[in-house]
Amino acid sequence: MRTNDVMLQTVTKVVTFLILMFAVHIFFAGHYTPGGGFVGGLLTASAIVLLMLAFGIRTVKKIVPINYVVMTSVGLLVAISTASASVLFDVPFFTHAYDYFDLPLFGKTSLHSALLFDVGVYLVVVGVTMTIIQTIGEDE
Amino acid sequence: MTIANILIIVSISVGVLFSVVTALGLVRLPDVYTRTHAASKSSTLGVLAILTGTFIHFWIVEGIFNTQMIIAIAFLFITAPVGGHLIGRAAYISGIKVSEQTVRDDLGPAVQRKKKRFALSKKPADD
Repeated sequence: MRTNDVMLQTVTKVVTFLILMFAVHIFFAGHYTPGGGFVGGLLTASAIVLLMLAFGIRTVKKIVPINYVVMTSVGLLVAISTASASVLFDVPFFTHAYDYFDLPLFGKTSLHSALLFDVGVYLVVVGVTMTIIQTIGEDE
Repeated sequence: MTIANILIIVSISVGVLFSVVTALGLVRLPDVYTRTHAASKSSTLGVLAILTGTFIHFWIVEGIFNTQMIIAIAFLFITAPVGGHLIGRAAYISGIKVSEQTVRDDLGPAVQRKKKRFALSKKPADD
């Protein structure tokens, strides 16, 4: 019997955007406050899992047509390239650099190369979590 | 300063009181549906009152306008009643009996009709 899921679907349409917004915020706030790439990736994966619970796995695959295995490998590639870019400047492996820039909207911000490494961690976490959940959920 | 302290004390006390009422309801009420009612309504109000108290404390006493508190209040206000609704609905459709004091059951005939139509149509189960 197919039940009527109007409540769950309507709330999911609102709440998913809240969760994604909070994931982006916590990803960028990881340098000075609690947060970072790992927690942001888990929050993004939880938003996609909520969509899957409300609308079914096949619909979400049409909405978000991403191969998560490729996403994991891209994340590992980003992390490794960020770590090995320091070898080009004659400093040890994994040495990060930072500088202060005057951006047009944000004013004086410090841009750090650890953010790129965090992008790699984020992509790996989202890819691995979604791969696990899709593999378990597709027992047809 | 004193008005802010009174506001903080009143809101956090209301939140703790509602949480205690929630725990009492989970112990005393006879039924899954009445217990879900207690857990989804009063615990939501209790947590919202505690969060409001902490938000006022950080805003007025510490001088930090914490926007995550506002997001958390809105999020809990949206999601906790829907969680209660889904738990009660899943319990009813899986066939858990209501208590003996019940006088009305409007969902029962609808679920029976739906199951009968589903059995007549001979469609594969569409989960």
